[in-house]
Amino acid sequence: MAQAAGAVTLCLAVVLICRRFVVHVERETMLSLVRGLVQMVFVGMVLALLLHGNALVGILILLAMTFAAAVTASRRAQGLKDALLLCFYAIAAGAGVVIAGMLAIGTLSPAIAILVPVGSMIIANAMNACAQSIERFSSDVTAHVGQIEAGLALGAEPAVTVAPYVQSAVYASLLPRLDMLKSLGLVWIPGVMAGMMVSGASPIYAGIYQFILVAMILAASGIAGLLVTLFIRKRAFSAAAQLTLRPREPHKPKHASVDAQ
Amino acid sequence: MSHATPIKSAPVIECAECALEEPDRRPTDWAAQAIAVETKNLSRAVVDKVLVRDISVQVQKGEVLAVVGPSGAGKSSFLRLLNRLDEATDGTVLLDGEDYRAIAPRELRRRIGMVMQMAYLFPGTVAGNIAFGPLQRHETMSQEQIEALLDRVGLPGYQGRDVSTLSGGEAQRVSLARTLANSPEVLLLDEPTSALDEASARGIEELVLGVIRERQMTCVIVTHDMQQAARIADRTIHLEAGKLVAIVPTNGVSHAG
Repeated sequence: MAQAAGAVTLCLAVVLICRRFVVHVERETMLSLVRGLVQMVFVGMVLALLLHGNALVGILILLAMTFAAAVTASRRAQGLKDALLLCFYAIAAGAGVVIAGMLAIGTLSPAIAILVPVGSMIIANAMNACAQSIERFSSDVTAHVGQIEAGLALGAEPAVTVAPYVQSAVYASLLPRLDMLKSLGLVWIPGVMAGMMVSGASPIYAGIYQFILVAMILAASGIAGLLVTLFIRKRAFSAAAQLTLRPREPHKPKHASVDAQ
Repeated sequence: MSHATPIKSAPVIECAECALEEPDRRPTDWAAQAIAVETKNLSRAVVDKVLVRDISVQVQKGEVLAVVGPSGAGKSSFLRLLNRLDEATDGTVLLDGEDYRAIAPRELRRRIGMVMQMAYLFPGTVAGNIAFGPLQRHETMSQEQIEALLDRVGLPGYQGRDVSTLSGGEAQRVSLARTLANSPEVLLLDEPTSALDEASARGIEELVLGVIRERQMTCVIVTHDMQQAARIADRTIHLEAGKLVAIVPTNGVSHAG
């Protein structure tokens, strides 16, 4: 508790410095600090209770997390039919394949105390990749309606007309994870590695384990980002190859001027 | 394939409100022409608005039909229904007598080509743009075919040019050539000259007329310029609030060849 109090004191000192420069973040910082502390204590208590549960309990927790992640990611796909379900499938496939693979090769222990925290990291990154893919694909498509319809009007398959936007969406979702992998150990030492070292593990083993984890995060993100983009690409067109993913029409006056001569 | 229906010899007035303002000046052999495109009670409504309301009109083979009306009258919405870029909420379109919903959308759009208000060229070369349509059917255009099309639209030697270096008028010519590369039976033009200066607009207009005349193409052109409609169309339909209010024979230029 004394350590937590020390961290809070440091934050409050920063708030005071900000206030001196007329940057008022007092209320928001206080709220965030209290919320963060309460949430983490609550999660700690839940995990402590579940610590002795079996792998099935762990999988159920991960499924609940996947659903929550899908709810968050699907907010980027408002207006698209079944967005929640599509995001759930994509995140579940991305995180599921990777977690199952890690369990199968023994990289990840089925013990709930390890499975849930590591699994949550993978799910969270798959969720971010999903949201970034949706955001990028939707904005690219709505910005290029004319070009896409020009392609359709020339008899192209819908998939051909949006191929560049699928590529850029998947790439955009992977970029943060690729940067993370590149800067691993140079710019940042991730929490898992730091935690393992603090608890007495060999730094080399901790480093390799962290690398495996980040590589798996990249794989899960790639699967989730690619799948959700392909799902949404399909939903962007009707069965008659008409583009249905469009920018919302600006409000127009009811009585437009007559321009015919 | 074709289920062409003989047409009436008299001026075609398909709606009750239509006012025939002039006698039919179309060449007499129009009567012998078959119907290329026929809309039957074509309508489109979106959430809170009717864009196209119950339009029935026939376009004969080789005819140029102009669509005019005030902004927001539904001209472009009507045109987009003809190649099924948008879905009709009621009614249908017959292409050569066949309900277009029975034709695969990609094949339909090859047969009914469209040139939009903006050229919307794909990044890359002019040749790449022209070869795009046939490539979708796994057909490769030869250099000679591309050159011939570019010659026809007044852009000889442009095949290697990057589209980003083209002027508005040049881009619209490439757009026309790109559509013609698909050998469409019907050509839809959505205000193809409205974004161009006067000289370029006249150039495109003359080019379109020449191509239509050569290929005996059926053409539906949306324009806000009544004079342009009079210059190039055989008949003009007037839309207001999505509704067909008049069909007027214009026939400024004969396209019968």
